[in-house]
Amino acid sequence: MNRQIVKLFAFIVVLFGVLVGFTSYWSVFDAKALKEKEANKRPLLEAQQIRRGRILAADGTVIAKSIGKGKGSEKRYVRRYPEGSLFGHPIGYSFVRQGDSEFEQFHNEELVGEESEFESILDQILGHSQEGNDIVTNIDTEAQRVALADLEEAGFGAVVAIEPSTGEIKVMVSNAPYDPNRVPYELNKLNTNKIETPLLNRATQGLYPPGSTFKVVTAAAGLESGTITPETTINAPGSLEVEGTPLNNDFNEDFGPIALDTALTNSVNTWFGQLGQQVGQDQLFETMEKFGFNSTPAIDLPSDEVYDSGVYEEEHLLHRNDPVDLARLAIGQERLLATPLQIAEVAAAIANGGKLMKPQIWNRVIDPDGRVVDKLDPSVYSEPVSGQTAEELTTAMEGVVSEGTGTNAAISGVAVAGKTGTAETPGNEACGGGENENQAWFMGFVPADEPKIAIAASVECTEQFGNDIAAPIFRDVAETILNGE
Amino acid sequence: MTAARNRELLALVPVAVLLTAGFAGVFAQENAQLGNLSLIYGAYFLAICIATHIFLRIRLPNADPYLFPLMATLTAFGFVMIYRIDETLARDQANWFVLGLILFALTIYFLRDYEVLERYRYTIAIGGLLVLLAPRLPGIGQQVNGAYLGVKIGPLAFQPAEFTKLAIVVFLASYLREHREVMIVGARRVLGVTLPPLKHFGPMLVVWGASMFMLVFIRDLGSSLMFFAAFLALLYVATGRFSFVVIGMAMFFLGAWFFAATVPHVHDRVEIWLHPYNDPAGNGYQILQSIFAQADGGLFGKGFGQALITVPGSGGTALLPAAQTDTIYSLIVNELGLFGACGVILVYLLITARGFKVALLASDGFSKLLAVGLTSVFAIQAFVIIGGVTRVIPLTGVTLPFISYGGSSIVANFVLLALLLLISDRARREAAEPAGRMAALGSPA
Repeated sequence: MNRQIVKLFAFIVVLFGVLVGFTSYWSVFDAKALKEKEANKRPLLEAQQIRRGRILAADGTVIAKSIGKGKGSEKRYVRRYPEGSLFGHPIGYSFVRQGDSEFEQFHNEELVGEESEFESILDQILGHSQEGNDIVTNIDTEAQRVALADLEEAGFGAVVAIEPSTGEIKVMVSNAPYDPNRVPYELNKLNTNKIETPLLNRATQGLYPPGSTFKVVTAAAGLESGTITPETTINAPGSLEVEGTPLNNDFNEDFGPIALDTALTNSVNTWFGQLGQQVGQDQLFETMEKFGFNSTPAIDLPSDEVYDSGVYEEEHLLHRNDPVDLARLAIGQERLLATPLQIAEVAAAIANGGKLMKPQIWNRVIDPDGRVVDKLDPSVYSEPVSGQTAEELTTAMEGVVSEGTGTNAAISGVAVAGKTGTAETPGNEACGGGENENQAWFMGFVPADEPKIAIAASVECTEQFGNDIAAPIFRDVAETILNGE
Repeated sequence: MTAARNRELLALVPVAVLLTAGFAGVFAQENAQLGNLSLIYGAYFLAICIATHIFLRIRLPNADPYLFPLMATLTAFGFVMIYRIDETLARDQANWFVLGLILFALTIYFLRDYEVLERYRYTIAIGGLLVLLAPRLPGIGQQVNGAYLGVKIGPLAFQPAEFTKLAIVVFLASYLREHREVMIVGARRVLGVTLPPLKHFGPMLVVWGASMFMLVFIRDLGSSLMFFAAFLALLYVATGRFSFVVIGMAMFFLGAWFFAATVPHVHDRVEIWLHPYNDPAGNGYQILQSIFAQADGGLFGKGFGQALITVPGSGGTALLPAAQTDTIYSLIVNELGLFGACGVILVYLLITARGFKVALLASDGFSKLLAVGLTSVFAIQAFVIIGGVTRVIPLTGVTLPFISYGGSSIVANFVLLALLLLISDRARREAAEPAGRMAALGSPA
């Protein structure tokens, strides 16, 4: 019988081997797929048990924190946003059932204190439970408050303020705002609100025609390519025939031969239309792309919540070989759409001597013991223009505010460089189809000689011009930031 | 002989260390500091183990030195897991452990000549089958998850199937010892298949009938599978005819397939096994949660006391249903990971190996078959429940031997261990004294 016993044992070894096989399949090989199963609430319940780190404004204002409920194994944490709708954008929300968005989603790993397998074993032995890290952001609470209040008065839209030398985001607001604390109760309502679209971060997802603010990019391409110098004059008639349709100046005003300063100060369409054609599509697209168009901004937000700016045909971005109306693109028309973040980046790059820094909301990560474990290291995203070109552009932009179309942005005692924009959006369904609706813009930086802050403000569906409705927002936000220094 | 017992004593040291470390882990988790209570628990357990060891030293000095420490390892491990789930359950389990050891000692004391079991084999078999019916008796019977598994008399509850498995193994070992020769010699080839003689086909049919009966009448798919598998293992070892096993398996699966189609409870179990996602919040909940718990464990697990067993904030809704019994293995995978689980399986495998070693050394047929039967039923029980929670086979309610919470399981398995040690003691004593045995048989000169 002994032979049979040995064989029987071999059979049992095989059976146990099958058990090991199945166990490894579930616990290791198929684990990822199982964790994503709809029926599996375990990852959510576990996430609830970790005290997520706080999110703080630059001045220490608590933007988000986690509150413990229950005791022992019943203990779970719920997210609270003490400032309500003030930081709804760009911070987003994080709840077990509703998921997460924006900054909360992008920085999830730091906030929950994600660890390597080795560290977590060490923690098990030491009896530590996983705890999240705090993140301090660059956001300036006062400026954020001012921007939101101004915008709520002006209309739907967005404001973005960037520190040019570091890329630190000081302000990012979107109107209509929403209160993240309400998300667990009314996510569906927020999602289906097609008029206010409060969950849409218009600063990064609002694709608007940039209008005349884009003339700065065209001018940059002209100077950078050597097509013009600040002294080069181009004849600017009241109207220009382009691709069969006339391109007009405001009131068909004929400026005659003028140079960049005068052209930008008065936002002369026929001048920039011709410059665009002279620069050529390759050079214009190259400059655009260096400023960040045609790619997703390198900001610390989930990439599906940050839209690319560029020339759109339906859902697709056009590139340098696709047919476009160069003259109209040069003045920010054609099918060009840009986010307020993108336009703020253009201002920031010029303010920073031609170097575009990566825009970042976070500043530093602080572990539960109070140690700074990671700190923002400002890095250059691209160099769209040379220092000289940036200086020449700055001079021209100063003219816009001191004597041109953007006088409402002026701040007493400080030189402001900027550019207005007013894109006509007649019949825009989002605005209720009115015939006189504009997309109003102002972008610029201050102080012009030693820039501390670059700002873009954009207002949807307004009958007013950029100088009337967007420039004052720029001014208020800029003053708040300069006063806070 | 003392060498064997010394090895046993030495093997008990890691058990105590493991237990103390385990309790320390749970305490550290719950109180965020290391209490000395864990050391006291460890010391108690070690004291009981040493008392048992001294008893074995006196009564069974030649018995296998590894079986007791291996089983103590599982028990210690089970304690820590149960303690981590519920302190009161762990206290109960400790009481069962003591009772189990008392029965263990009594078995060794009174069944030193375990051949007497052979004499009463029919009584034992019928008794075993009769207690199996008890859960269906009104007043004392209990229905759990649609199966009739438990009996409750006053404060005392037990699961008769745990004891029936011992009775059936004793009966089969004895029956096959007597009839194995005729079953081999009388076998005939019919249509290319070797069949046992018709006369001995009867008892096989009886065992098959009993298994089917369990399936239908007390709806215990797990025990049914366990008994029948142990029967086939014994039949194979006794006759060496693999064809008998094939026939038996065919009969079982035919029957199971028939009842799966006709008996709703059995049908449900199979349905849940094959399509758990059809009803993730209802019927499929337990097996899915069992697998999700394992997915959460990964290679090294989340650590003692870290797994979620109930839904936080729900007032005790189970996230891992029956964590202390059926799904304790899933909890082990969750907290100790694949490595911890492999360790547990390895211990079961080592016990199986030692059990078969006892069978190999045993000189008489009954001892051999009894050792094989006891070891097989033990190994198969572990397979049935671990296989159940890992979806290798349909999930059924049998306990994970020595680890799961449950008095009947602990007590019955200590009796099983006692019988194995009895067989082992005699076998090793005889193996150690070849000269004496030769003399007794008469020298050839």
